[in-house]
Amino acid sequence: MAASAPFSWIEPHRHGIRIVPGDTWVDPSRAADRALVTHGHADHARGGHGTTFATPETLAIMALRYNTGEGPNGGKTVPVSYGETVTLTGGVTATYIPAGHVLGSAQILLEHAGERVVITGDYKRRADPTCPPFEVTPCDIFITEATFGLPVFTHPPIADEMAKLLGALRTNPDACVLVGAYALGKAQRVIAELRAAGQHAPIYLHGAMEKMCRLYEDHGVDLGRLKLVADASKNDMRGGIIIAPPSALNSTWARRLPDPITAMASGWMRVRGRARQRGVELPLIISDHADWGELTQTIEDVAPQETWITHGREDALLRWCELGQRKARALAMVGRDQEGDQEGDGGHEA
Amino acid sequence: MKRFAALLDALAYTVSRNRKLALIAGYLRQTPDPDRGWALGALTGSLDFPAVKINAVRNLMKTRVDPELWTLSRDFVGDTAETVSLLWPSSDPDAITPSLAETVARLTAMKRSTVMTELPQLLDMLDEAERYALIKIATGGMRVGVSARLTKLAFAQSFDVTVDEVEEYWHALTPPFSQLFAWAADGADPPDTASIPTFRPFMLAHPLEEDAVDLKDFAAEWKWDGIRVQVVRAQAGDGHETRVYSRSGDDISASFPEIAEALDIPAVLDGELLVRGDVQGGVSGGAASFNALQKRLGRKTVSKKMREQLPAFVRLYDALIVDGEDLRELPWEQRREHLETLMPRLPDTAFDLSQLVQADDFTALAEIRENAREDAIEGLMLKRRDSAYVAGRKAGAWYKWKRDPLLIDCVLMYAQRGSGKRAGLYSDYTFGCWAGDPDSNGLGGAELLPVGKAYSGFTDAELKKLDKLVRKTTLKRYGPVREVERTLVLEVAFDSVHTSTRHKSGLAMRFPRIHRIRWDKPVHEADRIEALKALIRD
Repeated sequence: MAASAPFSWIEPHRHGIRIVPGDTWVDPSRAADRALVTHGHADHARGGHGTTFATPETLAIMALRYNTGEGPNGGKTVPVSYGETVTLTGGVTATYIPAGHVLGSAQILLEHAGERVVITGDYKRRADPTCPPFEVTPCDIFITEATFGLPVFTHPPIADEMAKLLGALRTNPDACVLVGAYALGKAQRVIAELRAAGQHAPIYLHGAMEKMCRLYEDHGVDLGRLKLVADASKNDMRGGIIIAPPSALNSTWARRLPDPITAMASGWMRVRGRARQRGVELPLIISDHADWGELTQTIEDVAPQETWITHGREDALLRWCELGQRKARALAMVGRDQEGDQEGDGGHEA
Repeated sequence: MKRFAALLDALAYTVSRNRKLALIAGYLRQTPDPDRGWALGALTGSLDFPAVKINAVRNLMKTRVDPELWTLSRDFVGDTAETVSLLWPSSDPDAITPSLAETVARLTAMKRSTVMTELPQLLDMLDEAERYALIKIATGGMRVGVSARLTKLAFAQSFDVTVDEVEEYWHALTPPFSQLFAWAADGADPPDTASIPTFRPFMLAHPLEEDAVDLKDFAAEWKWDGIRVQVVRAQAGDGHETRVYSRSGDDISASFPEIAEALDIPAVLDGELLVRGDVQGGVSGGAASFNALQKRLGRKTVSKKMREQLPAFVRLYDALIVDGEDLRELPWEQRREHLETLMPRLPDTAFDLSQLVQADDFTALAEIRENAREDAIEGLMLKRRDSAYVAGRKAGAWYKWKRDPLLIDCVLMYAQRGSGKRAGLYSDYTFGCWAGDPDSNGLGGAELLPVGKAYSGFTDAELKKLDKLVRKTTLKRYGPVREVERTLVLEVAFDSVHTSTRHKSGLAMRFPRIHRIRWDKPVHEADRIEALKALIRD
């Protein structure tokens, strides 16, 4: 098939981005014969694909979560390391580039007939001890996320948030701080940042966190001493930090903890109302996504001919593009948080 | 400013009432004058800066930020002050920020003509949390889950005085309340409230939740549907002055001169402000509907014609002070005797006495209440015969026993995003009834007319479900409002319904709230507008 019109080889659909020659999909929300996956979060990755192309780290995460590559229904896997290029059926090439979002997360550069398209998946520009940083990659079409695509979102330096967390711990030595954090990525980043901030005491984990933390450790991310809440007594945990999925924050599970101060690590904590809706007492503004400044700066850095916005608050980012006379369009994709309000409840993490 | 901003933040994220009390009390003890007095004013909603209104803030932002980006941001955040605080460029973190008193002084000095240049200068000096505090102070409504009453309780706790004393002196003073702090913190003499026409906080009632009360202990009165007022006459300067206060302590004397002119005895009287008519309680009831009274509310001056067409009077419930004698410590029964003795001395054009409802026992009283709807009366009040007059709601002393609400099935038409704790959730619902017959030829022959709006009466879990439905069934967006497909029937409870020229449907409901969500009911079975019109008592 000849690439007649420019970019006719790539098509946005509600269920993912389709590479027309060879019928390969990027982050499809339905099972596909051939799928390129940017990272392991459930709104981008799923089981049931025929062949899954992803970084080795993402494939390990997908094996753990969706049995990808394992058993009779796990399908085939093709590991693609950062900087590596694969040629897909139909001749399109795909290069995996660090996105700085979570362990294994990648942008995918697609090239065909001299045309370059970058799909960011989810990304951030801040340093993260658990994954290599985002790399600016020039292209013609830049397909970006916009989870925090409103000018009110400026994520503060993570050191400030760590200081808040450790300060609460110091002023309440008989209590504990219960931090709600998404089990893939946020939890491990928070732990690694706590270690970097000098917190060496054991950190207690909700059972749902354990396997993913071990997976990170297996990939060389040092998380220090970790213990399970189930193996600890109430008194052990006084003055300690407990990490649990957001859904556990106000659950009966939390009753076993000694006077927990409820914290939540999420970019949404920037807005008071969101924190209060969840009954959060200690909001920690920690996000694995680009904030408004990073989203707009990245579009300027990449300087594409056209920007496509996959999900998030696309209205504002579209408006920003319009004000700067940049060509842009919004792709309404299913399954990617309609409003991002319910993140962490098994939906879209942030 | 830093300390107050930190207090607001801490309050916003604290759920426990006792923790909130402790936070405010700690702040009041540790903060010097006059900052703590201004903080007290801000937390109780006692500050007013005429030139700095929310609209001025909005207009300012639209000159700084692209209007479309501003609207999208405001809509998402759900709070104007917070949106400003987040969008304003960051200040130098090491800069010295103004004190709360200095901030208040700057806000006070602003004029309509200068606010657009002076407010930005102030915002530039502050960090994010302080900017939030600034706009909240300037425009009122802290939205941190702290009522004026809770703040006064915290004040009482921090200086070991009683909240009743605080309430007693409160309305005689203004921010920064230096006399109040001098008294409570430093042991100075309390303010002399006996010789000024100041407002005394009302005694309020709890809804009746008991199955029955013993009428030997409780007296019953009708609950009239007007506005609760306090008429106060006391020395003011060289002479005497009479003032009429609303429930919140606002001076509404100018709107009701016939009341203010009618009292010439030094006294503090508690009653219901009503307009003469024959709706509530029929001819013998002597009072028009609330709708009639509403036409007289909020006026700075009143024409002679208005006074003649809608003559106001006060139906007296209680006497707090008569001839300078404070009766509040006395049991209700004795205050009632004082009130009855006083009545012949008051002009009957402006005052009458709230009659007691006599019944042999509670069952008989319940029957009388049942019939109250026919008489367009809201319900009954039950007052403990031995109750002293105390500010606020005292457990077990007074009850309101409203008649059961009216119910009607409406269809959800529009939803609006909430604010504060409900930011981002579609929590305010506009609903309509059918005009025409929805069963005649499909739905083609009938249209829905909006009849009211409600934002309470459902659980958090139901709110989530409703929010989801709104998002799923959106037809059109108008800023923060979404028009939805007509799929959901809401059973709406309300106290009464009146004619109104303000609404397309020609009627207005009193206190509408969601009674039940009828997920099961098809929309064509919702009520027709005629059903609602039949309930009008004007």
